[in-house]
Amino acid sequence: MRWAIALHGGAGDIPHSLPPDRRLPREAGLRHCLDVGIAALKAHKHPLDVVELVVRELENYPHFNAGKGSVLTSSGTVEMEASIMDGKSKKCGAVSGLSTVVNAVSLARLVMEKTPHIYLGFHGAEAFAREQGVETADPSYFITPENIERLKQAQDANRVQIDYTQPVQKEEKDAAATIPNGDSQIGTVGCVAVDSEGNLASATSTGGLVNKMAGRIGDSPIIGAGTYANHLCAVSATGKGEAMIRGTVARDVAAVMEFKGLSLKEAAAYVIDQVPPGNAGLVAVSSTGEIATVFNTTGMFRACASEDGYSEVAIWDSPLK
Amino acid sequence: MGGWAIAVHGGAGVDPILPNERQEEATRLLTRCLDIGISALRSNLSAIDVVELVVRELETDPLFNSGRGSALTEKGTVEMEASIMDGPKRRCGAVSGLTTVKNPISLARLVMDKTPHSYLGFAGAEEFARKQGVELVDNEYFITEDNVGMLKLAKEANSILFDYRIPTLTTCGGGAAMENQLQMNGLPISLYAPETVGCVVVDKQGHCAAATSTGGLMNKMTGRIGDSPLIGSGTYACDLVAVSCTGEGEAIIRSTLAREVAAVMEYKGLNLHEAVDYVIKTRLDEGKAGLIAVSKNGEVACGFNTTGMFRGCATEDGFLEVGVW
Repeated sequence: MRWAIALHGGAGDIPHSLPPDRRLPREAGLRHCLDVGIAALKAHKHPLDVVELVVRELENYPHFNAGKGSVLTSSGTVEMEASIMDGKSKKCGAVSGLSTVVNAVSLARLVMEKTPHIYLGFHGAEAFAREQGVETADPSYFITPENIERLKQAQDANRVQIDYTQPVQKEEKDAAATIPNGDSQIGTVGCVAVDSEGNLASATSTGGLVNKMAGRIGDSPIIGAGTYANHLCAVSATGKGEAMIRGTVARDVAAVMEFKGLSLKEAAAYVIDQVPPGNAGLVAVSSTGEIATVFNTTGMFRACASEDGYSEVAIWDSPLK
Repeated sequence: MGGWAIAVHGGAGVDPILPNERQEEATRLLTRCLDIGISALRSNLSAIDVVELVVRELETDPLFNSGRGSALTEKGTVEMEASIMDGPKRRCGAVSGLTTVKNPISLARLVMDKTPHSYLGFAGAEEFARKQGVELVDNEYFITEDNVGMLKLAKEANSILFDYRIPTLTTCGGGAAMENQLQMNGLPISLYAPETVGCVVVDKQGHCAAATSTGGLMNKMTGRIGDSPLIGSGTYACDLVAVSCTGEGEAIIRSTLAREVAAVMEYKGLNLHEAVDYVIKTRLDEGKAGLIAVSKNGEVACGFNTTGMFRGCATEDGFLEVGVW
């Protein structure tokens, strides 16, 4: 048994032509967060602590769709959500509808550890945050110029979209970017980890879909959809929330391993295959230290490493140099 | 095999010394709802329409913990949630944090049918309700005297109370209540499950649908979301089966109970009864819960590891049963 970690910064229609000023900061962010996670695992921190730590870093990075840098609702506001799960105990925590909490994933952990509940949303979650004295900021802290621009594009095109979708030309519609009810994939962040004793944990955090209706909840805070961990594996998913919810994606990876006897990689591929193309990605680790990163979108910002010295940072199919 | 089938529930976890009067009231309501569902099925309504219809009836009646008659939050208010799922394409809709919507299950259906999303909560959900012109009422409408009394008991016992409590227990003071205390996240909660309501149906075309609705845990923190609006936990439907769960919300979420039934059928090839049995026996760990399920083949099953579950089921070939224990 060996430790392993995988993290993601969102799957989606990430064009190969992504300009350096959008690509490089994200690559740097992935590398940095991977290093933070590796150091924590080497210091024998429990995977639950590791995933929380890494997702906090990803939330603080303004280039990913979580915490600072979250995409905007149709009203131009930020509504963040997250969940966290411990594989061994299957204890979990989730939050939705946060507008001032700097680290949603940490509030999700507090829900898990300090309340008799699993999931708190909106005004109740914000009130709990204040009771717990977690770090909060003015809503404007979370809003970045990039996201103001994305919202404008989406509203012009009159659709809900992922944060990577290229601006739609009014004359032509890119078939891949046009989805029947106007939805598109999302960016999200997440991390899964396993230590050398086989303890597993998963955490996911997001601002959701650009131009989403206020109050819209996606897959990221939903146990079994965006996040899942048990004694077999830990999974964090990203993509079109509605598809992940219907497909119970994170749960299914573990279910397929258990009930069909598939390996982690086979299970991850099997499950992603069931989701309509262009809609999903996930990272997963198994109790024995295997890693799987699978997506049926153009790309997925990701990084992973294991105790045997393997490490990788990638966006599209081949790892980046 | 084949033909329609329907099951309804009014919550798992029943006090062993439940007064006869309450049992009769519950049995009458379940029978009435079953009849409504059966008529609808005989009139060829689709599964998704039937589950919505039946759950609306359960929400409107103040007896169980949904819509009117919902359990109260720690602030004495009502916050309702619900979800609905249509097996054929696994379309789904869910709502949480509703305070003025008379029938949460119908709003969940509108989220499924009229938005690009699957789940809306709180202010955003209420705003959507206003825009859709659904029936809205004051929060007071949902609050019953019974539940105001329950909340008081729960605060006195300083525990999260499941919905069903016999008033006489209070004369024993904390003692009897303490015996029934389970530990959840290190805090005591009482034994009995909240009376969430639900309905699962397979129609003549073999299409399955499920719906679940609740006011949640008595004395819950405001903003608390339970299993009922979570697809895969409280509600699930696919080509093979439809499931609605009730019981300890946290245990149902942890075990993704509704999805579990479908997963063992899909991936292990178990039939409906085997799946329900397997999941209830092995997947709940220390948790207490129950569920109802129908399969595309017209079978119906229910399972629970609690002392009882308010339920009713019927199939096209004439089987009909309403039960508490």
